[in-house]
Amino acid sequence: MDLTTTYMGLSLKNPIVPSASPLSYKLDNIRRMEDAGAAAITMYSLFEEQLDFEAASLTHFLDYGTESFAEALSYFPEPYDFNLGPDEYLEHIRKAKEAVDVPVIASLNGVSDGGWIDYATRIEEAGADGLEINLYFIPTQLTLTGSEVEHVYLDVLNNVKGHVDIPVAMKLSPFFSAMPRMAAMLDDAGADALVLFNRFYQPDMDIEELTVGPHLVLSTSDEMRLPLRWIAILYGKIQASMALTTGIHTPEDVIKAMMAGADIANVCSVLLQHGVGRIGTLLNGITTWMDEHEYESIEEMKGSLSQRAVAEPAAFERANYMKTLQSYRGLN
Amino acid sequence: MVKGIFDELAKPEPEPFHRRHQRRRDLHQHRLRPRLQHESPKVVRALFSLGADGTVGANKNSIKIIGEDTPSYAQGHFVYDSKKSGATTVSHLRFGPTEIRQPYLITSANFIAVHQTIFLERYDVLAQAAPGSVFLLNTYVSKDEVWDSLPRVYQEHMIRKQMKFYVIDAYDVAEKTNMGGRINTIMQTCFFAISGVLPEEEAIAAIKQAIKKTYGKRGEKVVQQNYEAVDQTLAHLHRVPVPATVTSTLELPAMVPANAPEFVQQVTGEIMAGRGDDLPVSLLPIDGTYPTATTQWEKRNIALEVPIWDPDVCIQCGKCALVCPHATIRIKVYPEEELAGAPDSFKSMPYKGKEYPGWMYTIQVAAEDCTGCAACVHVCPAKNKREPRFKAINMEPQPPIRDRERENYDFFLSIPEVDRRNVNLRQVKTNQLLQPLFEYSGACSGCGETPYIKLITQLFGDRTIVANATGCSSIYGGNLPTTPYTVNADGRGPAWSNSLFEDNAEFGLGMRLTLDKRLEYAIELLKHNAEVIGPELVDALLTADQSDEAGIYDQRQRVAALKQRLASLNGAPGLKQLASLADILVKKTVWIFGGDGWAYDIGYGGLDHVLASGRNINVLVMDTEVYSNTGGQMSKATPRAAVAKFAAAGKPLPKKDMAMIAMSYGNIYVARIAMGASDAQTVRAILEAEAYDGPSLILAYSHCIAHGINMTTANDQQKKAVDSGYWPLLRYDPRLADEGKNPLQLDSRAPKIPLRDYVYNETRYTMLTKTKPQEAARLLALAQEDVTSRWHLYEQMATLDYSDEGKK
Repeated sequence: MDLTTTYMGLSLKNPIVPSASPLSYKLDNIRRMEDAGAAAITMYSLFEEQLDFEAASLTHFLDYGTESFAEALSYFPEPYDFNLGPDEYLEHIRKAKEAVDVPVIASLNGVSDGGWIDYATRIEEAGADGLEINLYFIPTQLTLTGSEVEHVYLDVLNNVKGHVDIPVAMKLSPFFSAMPRMAAMLDDAGADALVLFNRFYQPDMDIEELTVGPHLVLSTSDEMRLPLRWIAILYGKIQASMALTTGIHTPEDVIKAMMAGADIANVCSVLLQHGVGRIGTLLNGITTWMDEHEYESIEEMKGSLSQRAVAEPAAFERANYMKTLQSYRGLN
Repeated sequence: MVKGIFDELAKPEPEPFHRRHQRRRDLHQHRLRPRLQHESPKVVRALFSLGADGTVGANKNSIKIIGEDTPSYAQGHFVYDSKKSGATTVSHLRFGPTEIRQPYLITSANFIAVHQTIFLERYDVLAQAAPGSVFLLNTYVSKDEVWDSLPRVYQEHMIRKQMKFYVIDAYDVAEKTNMGGRINTIMQTCFFAISGVLPEEEAIAAIKQAIKKTYGKRGEKVVQQNYEAVDQTLAHLHRVPVPATVTSTLELPAMVPANAPEFVQQVTGEIMAGRGDDLPVSLLPIDGTYPTATTQWEKRNIALEVPIWDPDVCIQCGKCALVCPHATIRIKVYPEEELAGAPDSFKSMPYKGKEYPGWMYTIQVAAEDCTGCAACVHVCPAKNKREPRFKAINMEPQPPIRDRERENYDFFLSIPEVDRRNVNLRQVKTNQLLQPLFEYSGACSGCGETPYIKLITQLFGDRTIVANATGCSSIYGGNLPTTPYTVNADGRGPAWSNSLFEDNAEFGLGMRLTLDKRLEYAIELLKHNAEVIGPELVDALLTADQSDEAGIYDQRQRVAALKQRLASLNGAPGLKQLASLADILVKKTVWIFGGDGWAYDIGYGGLDHVLASGRNINVLVMDTEVYSNTGGQMSKATPRAAVAKFAAAGKPLPKKDMAMIAMSYGNIYVARIAMGASDAQTVRAILEAEAYDGPSLILAYSHCIAHGINMTTANDQQKKAVDSGYWPLLRYDPRLADEGKNPLQLDSRAPKIPLRDYVYNETRYTMLTKTKPQEAARLLALAQEDVTSRWHLYEQMATLDYSDEGKK
């Protein structure tokens, strides 16, 4: 049975790839993910904004209150050097590359043009096999148009592609007015893969304290329907590989992702819940299912339930909505 | 002074120094006035009046740039005041083509920069401007309006001296370039652009090189931000034409108001105005005793924003007043008729508690004394239901409301204080109705020490006698010219003194012994003269119960009666002595204040000795875990894994457990408190310590700018310190053992958050993760073990069975 797949030009032994998460903070975990069968590792994201914030707050607090009182011109010792840049992350990439044989895909979230280019270049130098652009961006200004938002993505991709040779994946949010057009533009600009979709953590409200704060909820299988639909629609229409991320919990979920047309299935919540050993369980489940259903390879099922392959292409479009509503009423 | 002597010697007939000395001519207003104006026209003489905006550092950089990178010579002298918030620093810089040998301050400057407009109100900043000199002002006021906004005296200076006038809104540039409130780079660029000590391009390049050198290791982004600030500066620097005529009618306010006492007018005010060097010796107190209650005359107006009360939201908990480090949030309750004559904008609401039925309640801010830390707003638990970003107290820009709030505060102060006899001291909401006798100190904005001191003066009032160790608390507690310890309506207040760093505990013990001896003698005299004075009064004086405020009040009445009686007797020497000793019959409370540098290190031997004396003293250790006053050096209170000076690689060993050491004596009342974690426990511990007739030691968690934290939210860190088990709250009361109970009571619960969730909010810990990440991880793991094992130990100690002890 052939589980291999090709994702952003990388040949992978199977379609299961842990997505960017705290699971990759420790080398031990990265090794365990490989041992459990992960076909590649996506590293946690390097956040340019966080590095800037750390440097700025360190500077603020080291300088605060200094040079204004004769007996205490400063309040902290001045060290020879600080590790404030991306060095720690880059070192981690290097070590991960030494520790495992599977491809290592770095993940980057930049804020400035210079930052995107600089960090992407250094990530490539550190030995990453691929780079995922994690553009975690929520447009809140009333003046920002949809087309401007699209260009933010395109500009970043162009900047990064112009400076690195490793394959580049774009992790996208689902909130584009015209998803296929966006995908096509990124495809034309040379994106090696699209990762669908970034899962934004929605803040929650505390009505006792009258506050709003972050609230992390792990995904469920139901949530994979959104990326599933769009991958099925896009399959065969773009050159870039596709990764389905969000909501993959079971072997059946992985198979659905492949049938929709994804090249890999990203897993995260399921590993956070059950441990990285769950990768092995998923792989076993996939082979059992394929065996029972007489599939020879992953390639055979790829895109088999995509919009262009199914008997009812309209199922992915508006009619779907009407049907769902009717069936809902029917249940009552 | 020395120059004055030389000038005198140069006279044809100088007055012999010994005769001057013998006749103390300087005590008769004949003073030697130095006149130092030997300035070369080729030397650029720059005066900078600065606050805590980092410009001294930039000035030092300017000296390095010019002194090291150009053929020119450079000199700098920096004059600091003793304030830790709203400090004034004056930089005296000289740059010139030949060697500069002028070991004296600049009195005639050709470049004067004022970095904070508030200085324009305080001093005549252009008094030392030379003809044709430059005046650079950082101001919010636009270039078109700035001339008319200036007080008359400055317009006159500029016209008469044909000065060139430049303005910049440096805070605006700082904000636009993400520099926060840091304007040092911006003002330095202005200096180079205007002064012409270097060609502009060369100067900009040199500044950028200095930035790279100073901030390079703090990350490229920080460097780029500073570059950006330099580049933006010139576009925002404007020359303002100086008109030919004076348009302003604004006068500089008097340094102190006309109703201030004579000493404040003559001495304090002069020192505040920066003219202390001109004061004749004859005006200074001979024995060094300075009047208290003088910070009230120093309206510093240093806060850009101050808190304003919203009665519609207030729940009257009193927490805002409790945490205020500068006693600038006051609360009063009063009968409604006191509102007669209140300004229209004066706010009040009915008091919600049962204690004062029908009375009104007001929280009033001293807008001119507030330092703007916003700690009060942060701790306020009440939220506006319609817009939860607003609380019952909210920050508002100070300048537009300054006059209004001054009037309100004056009116507030005129409302009588609540009768101490009717105040429940144990509750924060009621003890915050008491007048603090420690106010408007020069401590840092958001200081974590001063709220404890203020609370003690509220709880024990004018009976407080303080021995203060050297350190922050001696600086803000008694830094001349003003003193924050103040007096109540009767003119009574705490007595305070600072001896040395190393002998403070002994100093306080000496106070105790003196009081005891004087009391003993007074009792002796009372008994001896009982028949003459009146046996009934004497008996009442000797057997008075002074355990509460009512008892204290009654004793004061008796002492007054005694004094009256003694005056009428006009008799034997013993009675005269008794008259001078009578006040000792009212119970005093002796406090020994200091920081951890004193208590854990330098004064430790003496402190141990004093604690072991068994005498009734109360020790408050304001533990900032470093020597704060001298800039954050490690003490034995510094926790494991924290970075401090002399512990740049993180302190390798754990903090000394002073509570444990003190508890081992068995007869010492010990408490560990953190106001931000539990104000109720703090109040309880202080009251118990004071009531205990023996030595008491209170270890108070005191957040500090040396922790590298946001001082507005610092009380959250106190809570996290307790929640993580790092700072377990406890009280050890020897009286309980006598009752057969375990004397140790743990007032906080078992650790509920990991240590890292507390420590990694503070730069003193996080900076190690940026310099030595592996060592940081190792020390954090050890520090976590310290916390866990100590909690287990305390828990076991607190559950020991003492029932046999009580039977002894």
